[in-house]
Amino acid sequence: MRSEPVVQVQALVKRYGTKTAVDGLDLVAKTGVTAVLGPNGAGKTTTVETCEGYRKPDSGTVRVLGLDPVRQSAELRPRIGVMLQSGGVYSGARAGEMLRHVAKLHAHPLDVDALIERLGLGSCGRTGYRRLSGGQQQRLALAMAVVGRPELVFLDEPTAGLDPQARRATWDLVRDLRADGVSVILTTHHMEEAEELADDVAIIDGGRVIAQGSPEELCKGGAENTLRFTGRPGLDVGSLLKALPADCTAAELTPGAYRVVGKVDPQLLATVTSWCAQHGVMPDRISVERHTLEDVFLEMTGKELRS
Amino acid sequence: MTTATGTYAPKPGAAPLPRMIAAQAALETKMLLRNGEQLLLTVVIPTLLLVLFGSVDIVDTGKGRAVDFLAPGILALAVMSTAFTGQAIATGFERRYGVLKRLASSPLPRWGLMTAKTASVLVTEILQVILLTVIAFALGWSPHGNPAAVLLLLILGTAAFSGLGLLMAGTLKAEATLAAANLVFLLLLVGGGVIVPLDKFGPAAQHVLALLPISALSGGLRDVLQHGAGTPWGDLGILAVWAVVGLAAAGKFFRWE
Repeated sequence: MRSEPVVQVQALVKRYGTKTAVDGLDLVAKTGVTAVLGPNGAGKTTTVETCEGYRKPDSGTVRVLGLDPVRQSAELRPRIGVMLQSGGVYSGARAGEMLRHVAKLHAHPLDVDALIERLGLGSCGRTGYRRLSGGQQQRLALAMAVVGRPELVFLDEPTAGLDPQARRATWDLVRDLRADGVSVILTTHHMEEAEELADDVAIIDGGRVIAQGSPEELCKGGAENTLRFTGRPGLDVGSLLKALPADCTAAELTPGAYRVVGKVDPQLLATVTSWCAQHGVMPDRISVERHTLEDVFLEMTGKELRS
Repeated sequence: MTTATGTYAPKPGAAPLPRMIAAQAALETKMLLRNGEQLLLTVVIPTLLLVLFGSVDIVDTGKGRAVDFLAPGILALAVMSTAFTGQAIATGFERRYGVLKRLASSPLPRWGLMTAKTASVLVTEILQVILLTVIAFALGWSPHGNPAAVLLLLILGTAAFSGLGLLMAGTLKAEATLAAANLVFLLLLVGGGVIVPLDKFGPAAQHVLALLPISALSGGLRDVLQHGAGTPWGDLGILAVWAVVGLAAAGKFFRWE
């Protein structure tokens, strides 16, 4: 595996008129899968499109596979695969025809028929683009991004609007790309997608990267975790609280549903269960909630991702 | 669904340039010939006009057989329908649907895409000229003149109309391009000496209309093919100016997204 970054963005600024879309963004993506996560309007697409050579930075530097995407575009383009957020296909073209065409622009393309089969597009090879479903159009765009056997693939919202099954198919392909040594940069506003796929996650808000790390690293940081259980309604929460470490909180959220927030470790779990034993409570549905990227995001930005 | 490991292992590379351009030109031509509205403009309308006005005496086309007057005008119309109207509409929608954007990140360079578009226009024009020539001969056409002058007129006419078509496609919204390109087609069909002789208009209007690219092309073709004139430098000059201005403006103002 190479160690130099596949994408290196330094102090990128991009404005559209008076609106600053990207505001001093720094991002380093290494070999593997990097998810760029953020709400709509955070600057994800602008950042990715600058890496693809579509937009010229107002200031800052961008290097992709060591190349300047604008000045060294001719050298870079054969080495990357691009999936746009939408469109990109002649409205009169058939799915298979378009994919075959993109394959012809490359020196060593993938087997088109196998790729069509793989993405479940076998039934629509002769179907015109306009008559494909949204999910089929998305998968065709994905196929067009990978058919040229690139080193690095940019996927802008690859599963937006897909049903769960199609989303799985896309995820499986991303995993296979990764396993075969293709690096992937994907933008998403789905936490689950970032957690499932990414080696590295960059959280973007307001045109800047506000946190970056592996999903585990990001989830570990700072925030409290949660333990939940159900028992009979009206337990003495005050008594439970006394048994817990000082920085914990406990509450009965709805009758019979209890929540403890604090540093959840084996000791805390033992404390709660032994308190339950002393009070003759069977803690049904006891669960420990891992801190999710969703929570991390909420804490850092005060915003819901899917808003 | 599993795939053998290594299937996706990177092996990047652009195809050789001539192969990319040929593939692109083939696809563009296929898209054009598959599109019903485009065929209506490029094939059905010129053919119908030629057959209708060539066999029924509706418009007073002056002395001589109607087809000798009409065939050069219809050839000019065919060039305009493909290089201007068809290309403007197709490119406008390619821009709107992100096709131009997607191709811009493919290994095909932009000038390669434009070369392919030109090749596709030329292939379509060759098919049109063959079809219309056969029909004109069947109607008793007897052309004169130097084929080289005809070729030069067709090429400069194509360049002039391509520049204007791409300028429109690259600056207006797709729907606006669709409407405007069809409107211009209709206006120039009537006022550009295609089926109606320019001297049917008043003397002042005539002089202005004669400066239009369609009038220069139809007039130049008619001078050569109907009257056996030498190289029509005046008309070639007008077309050259339109070509330079149109292509330069398209190069400057064309927006890819």
